[in-house]
Amino acid sequence: MSDPLPPALVDLRGVHRSFGDVAALTALDLQATEGAITVLLGPNGAGKTTAIRMITGALRPDAGTVRVFGMDPAVDGEAVRLRCGVVSAKPALYDRLSGWDNLRYSAELYGMGRHVDDRIASCATRFGIEGALDQQVGGFSTGMKTRLALTRSILHDPDLLLYDEPTSGLDPESAYAVLDLIRQMSSDGRTVIMCTHLLAEAEGLADRIIVLEDGTSVLAGTHEELARRYWPEAMVRIATEDPAAVEVLRGAPGVLGIGGDGVAEIRLDDPARVPDLVTALAASGARITRVEPHRPTLEDVYFAIRQERRTAPAPGAPPPPPGGGGPRAAEVVS
Amino acid sequence: MNRGRMWTVARTDLLQLFQARDFWIPMGALGAIFFLVIPVILLLSITSVGDIAAVQQLSDAVAILPASAQAKIPSVTSGGSEVSDAGRAAYALAVYLLAPVAVVVPLTISTAVGAATIVGERERGTGEFLAHSPADVTEIYVGKLIASIVPGYATALVGFGIYSLIVNLTVGPEVGGWFFPTEQWWLLMLLVVPPFVLLTLSLVLRLSARVKSTAAAQQASGLVTLPLIIVAYSQSTGALLDSPSVTVGIGLAAWALALFSLIVNIRSVTRARLLGVGDEQ
Repeated sequence: MSDPLPPALVDLRGVHRSFGDVAALTALDLQATEGAITVLLGPNGAGKTTAIRMITGALRPDAGTVRVFGMDPAVDGEAVRLRCGVVSAKPALYDRLSGWDNLRYSAELYGMGRHVDDRIASCATRFGIEGALDQQVGGFSTGMKTRLALTRSILHDPDLLLYDEPTSGLDPESAYAVLDLIRQMSSDGRTVIMCTHLLAEAEGLADRIIVLEDGTSVLAGTHEELARRYWPEAMVRIATEDPAAVEVLRGAPGVLGIGGDGVAEIRLDDPARVPDLVTALAASGARITRVEPHRPTLEDVYFAIRQERRTAPAPGAPPPPPGGGGPRAAEVVS
Repeated sequence: MNRGRMWTVARTDLLQLFQARDFWIPMGALGAIFFLVIPVILLLSITSVGDIAAVQQLSDAVAILPASAQAKIPSVTSGGSEVSDAGRAAYALAVYLLAPVAVVVPLTISTAVGAATIVGERERGTGEFLAHSPADVTEIYVGKLIASIVPGYATALVGFGIYSLIVNLTVGPEVGGWFFPTEQWWLLMLLVVPPFVLLTLSLVLRLSARVKSTAAAQQASGLVTLPLIIVAYSQSTGALLDSPSVTVGIGLAAWALALFSLIVNIRSVTRARLLGVGDEQ
């Protein structure tokens, strides 16, 4: 399979990892390009956290290759980890220490020395927790702990940020703020890999999505590429006062089919034809009440993938997509 | 090995310990009981109260000490006056019979700290932070070893200082002046006790890295520590009762054993164990 992407900053190929009899990763392929936000999407137990642990070299693969910044973390672990900032699913903070001491500890482990208070203050200000650094972390709210963990992750100015469900346990407002901060860090040029099982979160953030299931990557691509795989044709929903009025569009140029119940779902060869359809309908005297181009959400895509996996005839055999034939824009990785 | 990172791990662990009153209050209490309360009661009951029964029992105990040890108990003060039976009994108690407290206190405290140190990281989730950090597992192990040894040994040294003061204040007037610490007590504290603490902790940290919970670590550590306390107790007593050269020999042998144990166990911390996902080198 050809790889149309630029060289990957993180490149996992055919990675296997088991814990006893339990296979956590099975032939995992995962690539993340520099400067992009790559979201690992999948249900609990899909292998997202184990994949993150492989990237930093915290765990080693039983088989397969892992390359990060062109290095093997199992060999050059220290060099790789010095360039990574990690926020794990639990914030992993020392409750008995103050915010300052948590950050100083990290700064020293990452070789920044002991005189880093200015750097700590500027990073903490970015995440809005500079006023709480004197307090013991045990008294922090979940949101503050997440912000502190995020602050810690960028303290040593890493090139690669690895976030494992960073909005877990946060209220919507805090979650939105955290996602916004992640977006900002990506715009600073950092590469971000984020695990989540929250589809709405991934939809607004991801440059590239990798769907994991049962320890392997089942599909990868941009949101649009994934959507095109399952809905290869453009679609528009048009409602008219008289539902039968849309029949005038059958046979019109670019119309591939008309379906729907009450609201017509019209499949097109090109979304640019929508104004022509509206003009044709209006010319026929139909009274149009609604025109809505249909863009499949990530949730639509995700459940299409899940359904496809459930109904797959045999492991490894790619089944026909639910949206019919057409181009395969997304990269099928297993 | 990056020593800076090793000290960072040690210093941060110690900082956390001293932020925890529920740790250092019992630690201080244990040291106070062994080095302050018990010696004060026993020595004052002999020297000031003149507890006849206690003096008689101690005199009987002194009689079964080796001749070399008995010979060191002064019978005449520097001023030429005879040392009383109470004075000789108090001297024997202070120098020979209370010696093992110097071993029990650091081993008990350090084991309590060490048992929780690695499994505790895993239980709190902070093992994940360490596993993803650039710190080498050897740096983490040694840092935590230092952080486990320091509270117990520091308590023992401070307690030893207080104990020395008490002994000199209570027994000194009976035997013609301040005499404590004796040469062999110095050897015991500086040469014999540290390797026993190191030996015990190197094993306890291995257990802490391997078990699934702090409670299990405490249980398992007890099994390891108890025989070591008995060995250390008997060796310390023997070291004090015999000549300084024997004390030095015991100390050197203990150091050799402790260093061997350290070399064997230094790789017992792995990133997989910090993450709590099983064994891996």
